Amino acid sequence: MRHARVAAAFALVAAILASACGGGTGGAPSGGTAAPGAAAVSSDPFVMLSTQLNTVTESEALRSQILSGFTAAKVEFRGEEAGPFADRIAAEAKAGKGTVGVIGALHGDFGAISADLFEDLGPLATKLKDRGFPAEFMELGKLGTSKQIYIPWMQATYILGVNKQALQYLPSGASVDNITYTQLTEWCKNIADKTGRKRCGLPAGPKSLLHRLIQGYMYPAYTGGLVTTYKSSEAATLWRDLKDLWQHVNPQSLQIDFMQESMLSGEVWVGFDHVARLVKAFEGKPNDFVAAPAPKGPKGLYYMSVLAGLAIPKSTPNKSGAEAFIDYMTTPGVQSKTLTAVSFFPVLNQALPADLPPHLKIEAEGVQKQSKHPDAKVALLPVGLGAKGGEFNKVQLDTFQRIVIKGEDIQKVLNEQAAILQNVMNDTKAPCWRPDPPSTGPCQVK
Amino acid sequence: MAVRAGRALPFPARFARSDAALPLGLLAPTIVFLTLLILIPVAQALLLSFQATEGTLGIEAYRRMVHDVAFADSLRNTLLLLVLVVPVQLVLALAMALLIHSRFPGHGIFLYIFALPLAISDLAAGIVWLSIFADTGYMNSALAGLGLATEPINFLSYENLHLVLLTIIVAESWRATAIVLVILLAGLQLIPREYFEAADLFGASRMKRTLLVVLPMLRPSLQSALIIRTIFAFQTFAVVLALAGRQFPVLSYEAYDWYYNNRNEFIAAAFAALILLMTLTVTVFYLRLLRVKDAEIQR
Repeated sequence: MRHARVAAAFALVAAILASACGGGTGGAPSGGTAAPGAAAVSSDPFVMLSTQLNTVTESEALRSQILSGFTAAKVEFRGEEAGPFADRIAAEAKAGKGTVGVIGALHGDFGAISADLFEDLGPLATKLKDRGFPAEFMELGKLGTSKQIYIPWMQATYILGVNKQALQYLPSGASVDNITYTQLTEWCKNIADKTGRKRCGLPAGPKSLLHRLIQGYMYPAYTGGLVTTYKSSEAATLWRDLKDLWQHVNPQSLQIDFMQESMLSGEVWVGFDHVARLVKAFEGKPNDFVAAPAPKGPKGLYYMSVLAGLAIPKSTPNKSGAEAFIDYMTTPGVQSKTLTAVSFFPVLNQALPADLPPHLKIEAEGVQKQSKHPDAKVALLPVGLGAKGGEFNKVQLDTFQRIVIKGEDIQKVLNEQAAILQNVMNDTKAPCWRPDPPSTGPCQVK
Repeated sequence: MAVRAGRALPFPARFARSDAALPLGLLAPTIVFLTLLILIPVAQALLLSFQATEGTLGIEAYRRMVHDVAFADSLRNTLLLLVLVVPVQLVLALAMALLIHSRFPGHGIFLYIFALPLAISDLAAGIVWLSIFADTGYMNSALAGLGLATEPINFLSYENLHLVLLTIIVAESWRATAIVLVILLAGLQLIPREYFEAADLFGASRMKRTLLVVLPMLRPSLQSALIIRTIFAFQTFAVVLALAGRQFPVLSYEAYDWYYNNRNEFIAAAFAALILLMTLTVTVFYLRLLRVKDAEIQR
């Protein structure tokens, strides 16, 4: 019951299911100023520092299509890597003087910055409560503290991008919309055997999101958990299967950060990645690709909902302007525009624009099939790890390196990596998060 | 003349007239620069590396560094690159410098061509070479076009690390030979013409002239070039990252990874301290090996 409720709240489909012509595209022109009745907004310019949308095309789309509509103050968008991003916020706080007015980042990026450096957006959240943010999103925005650290901004997930040429090699009895991890392996093997090329892709490059696929998809699908089940026998099965799959995966995957380029060039036919890292393939050749849900495992089809939020650092040069900006960014109209401009989905329970361009239609269909899948369950991004989030990811990436690439003994690696994982949990005292069962005190590897 | 008057001058004035004033004065900007931008950050990094959390001293960071999954590989790969790349570059650069120095017609064009990679950033160079060696890259297209390969060759596959290493050596040699060339060429141009004339007078062949006149006279430049190249080799990062990703770990990538991705500045600093230690060791080694003795200068 609770699963269903949370799934519904988290599902991107909440946005998509609503009637496509519901006028939810934000009919009200959002003039870019604060809502009526708000205090006067200062026009001092400020910087929006973001770990998201920091590729050239995304930044440009944001600047020209989204930021241009906000007229209350001049906002300069600056993309930044997660590491320097956290340093800059800390440095501006230390200096007591900042240029960054608003921060845009993933849920996990906020954890790397001390909660004391953020304004409490509680009052703003109260003001925006009629926008239709899912309650779970607002709760995540508190990062386990009592104050509202960020306001949800946009969301995404991971799906399969499939070149239509690959469909003919599906194993008999398998459907692309309802495929298991073992069927995926068989499929990739078929493709490799019959075309002579390994054309399945897992993003495993230095800047890839492989750790999220392991954390939010594979581990839960095989073990029903992540931390608690890290060295279980089900986990050993998962790694054995992943090792099998890897035999038929394009060996260039170790350099692939974004699956879309390899899919466009035809090197990869079946790619598993973040929607924003697939969408250029759909955009470049909309007739060649379909999108499909992630594979399922013995415990179901688990998927991860990726949430980005907007926050205000205490060192902001223009607090009223920053609040008006967050207000603007979360209006239904701007949320829809964000989808068409940069392919991230709205965080509001609103209908999608009816006139979606073809590549977004492909993406939305895949996302919808995934969240409506009968076995679909939601896994959360790691919660409560703070700056140790990177070390947590490294545990899964190192496990992958040792078992899949170097071929070390599975159970031995799992036991050793589980010990490192436990240290991270003990250091941060983070309790378990879904799909691990709730814990009192730090989450424990069983 | 006031000095002769016998009254003791205040210290600054006395110092300004002493023999030490000029050299120390000339050194001062360098000393200030090095202290602010090198010595203090080095001390800070060392201090960081000996902490486990803010404010506690210990060798926890080093213990975790040594036990890191990629530590042994990254140390081996860094040394391997050093041993394989630096000699190749030195020989290539020397040949190129001699070629240009021989002043054949049109030698100026070669200097520009050879020095071109200097103008390109590491990462851009890495990406250029990636577009050459990728499965659908220029190299495979060329091989297929010439009928030499029916299937694309996976140059950059973890399944064949020797080939990955080879591509990195090629890319690194292309990228960083130019800096060695420039140093050696400058050194060549400093050798007085008289030596060559004397060698010619005694009927030395080209080979003899190169071996007995050019190389010994070039030793200070060789020393600088070797030191600079070796330091760069320890810092090799972007080209390896672009071509091989995580499959070919090197020390500087691990330092970066621990800082930016894993957000642990202590272990990152430990890696940096290790790179510093190795760099210092090798530099001292070069300084001793290629030392120009006073007697030689006077000869």
